[in-house]
Amino acid sequence: MDRIDRRVVIPGELLAEDPKKAGEGTYVKDDKVYSQLYGLVNHRDKISVIPLAGKYVPSVGDTVIGIVGDITVSNWIIDINSPYEGLLHISEYPKRIERNEMAKYLRIGSSIMIRVKDVDSTKKVELTLNDRRLGTLNTGRVVEISYTRVPRVIGKGGSMISMLKKELNCNMFVGQNGRIWVNGSDEDMDLVLKTILIIEKEAHTTGLTDRIMDFLRTEKEARS
Amino acid sequence: MDEKLSFFKDGIRLDGRRPGELRPVKIEAGVLKRADGSCYIEMGGNKVIAAVYGPREVHPRHLQKVSRAIVRYRYNMASFSVEERKRPGPDRRSHEVSKVSREALEPVILTHYFPRSVIDIFVEILQADAGTRTAGINAASVALADAGVPMKCLVSSCAAGKVDGQIILDPMKDEDNFGEGDMPLAMTPDGEVTLLQADGRFTVEETREALETARKGCEQIYEIQKKALIDRYSRLEEPEEEGSNV
Repeated sequence: MDRIDRRVVIPGELLAEDPKKAGEGTYVKDDKVYSQLYGLVNHRDKISVIPLAGKYVPSVGDTVIGIVGDITVSNWIIDINSPYEGLLHISEYPKRIERNEMAKYLRIGSSIMIRVKDVDSTKKVELTLNDRRLGTLNTGRVVEISYTRVPRVIGKGGSMISMLKKELNCNMFVGQNGRIWVNGSDEDMDLVLKTILIIEKEAHTTGLTDRIMDFLRTEKEARS
Repeated sequence: MDEKLSFFKDGIRLDGRRPGELRPVKIEAGVLKRADGSCYIEMGGNKVIAAVYGPREVHPRHLQKVSRAIVRYRYNMASFSVEERKRPGPDRRSHEVSKVSREALEPVILTHYFPRSVIDIFVEILQADAGTRTAGINAASVALADAGVPMKCLVSSCAAGKVDGQIILDPMKDEDNFGEGDMPLAMTPDGEVTLLQADGRFTVEETREALETARKGCEQIYEIQKKALIDRYSRLEEPEEEGSNV
């Protein structure tokens, strides 16, 4: 957060005169860079706009948390918190299973950690479970926040998430789509969820990690 | 015309405005929790709320476009929004207003980022006082930005009217009902017109003047829209101070 120029811009605002600086969330017209979003400007080597709201659009390689919504002949249809549903083909399951047994392995309503394998131009999303780090989430809880807050929950170089894990003895995973999985004791999970909601609300402020640290300390003192 | 029935008194309009003056405008972004984006606007006596949902899956399915998002706009007047109770539900007029308003906003929305999806805009008129479609477009445009929908720019909208042979900005109800013409305009900040309608009679010269008048109104409204969006961010920032002390 430190290097972010925290100016709020609106769509159509002029950001720069040099088209080479156009980054994400901007567009170029007549060799000038304009914002295409309502968000915060980020000046690095390129100028980009970080959205304050919006929907998650899957892109190849993202690891997300999905919920099984339906089962068809050879696909599981997965809700990935996006305008587009994901398809998990039976062949992308780590082991060979029969079509009539699909519901045995992934039931409707189960949460899974899953990777985006392919997205085509019409946004047909193909998912895969073929990785040892992926799989069903049988314990713990899943909480949903706006995907625009994901980088803040992770923190700079993972600072925020590693702090949360360490301070609260919880196992956590943050999906690119804004769903977060937490596993630990009930008491710890309650506090993690509370903290995540604070991070979501204050995502655009500076010195957040330090403030969250203080918050956790006070909460823990109150507990003991 | 009889002195008593004139629209002007010493060059001042019935509600105390000069001919080129807007009614007071108040815009607040992000007023609804469940909508992806929302906006409340007051333009004089008009009170309008806009909600944006999406991009989301299209239902019914056959409406979806493979290469871009579709935009749906529903303009609806509350039964209590006008003097005489309005029969609730869509009618000829609200269909028309919905269509032109959608077409006023569609050109600035970058729909190709979201193929096979829909962006739904709902505009509810709570209180009407002439110029509800322009208020609706202004609110919808802010609500779209608030929802994080990628856009080329905002759209601002304002009407010009003609009373007693004189062009005025932003007619209020009496000027609209008993005046000689009404010309709503919507445009982008660089002056691209996305909506232009007119009823009544305007000569070529009057049309030019009305356009120029409405354009000036739109420019003022654009600044208010911009401020509303930036203020929403500073409002978000406030509770954090409290939160940090807890």
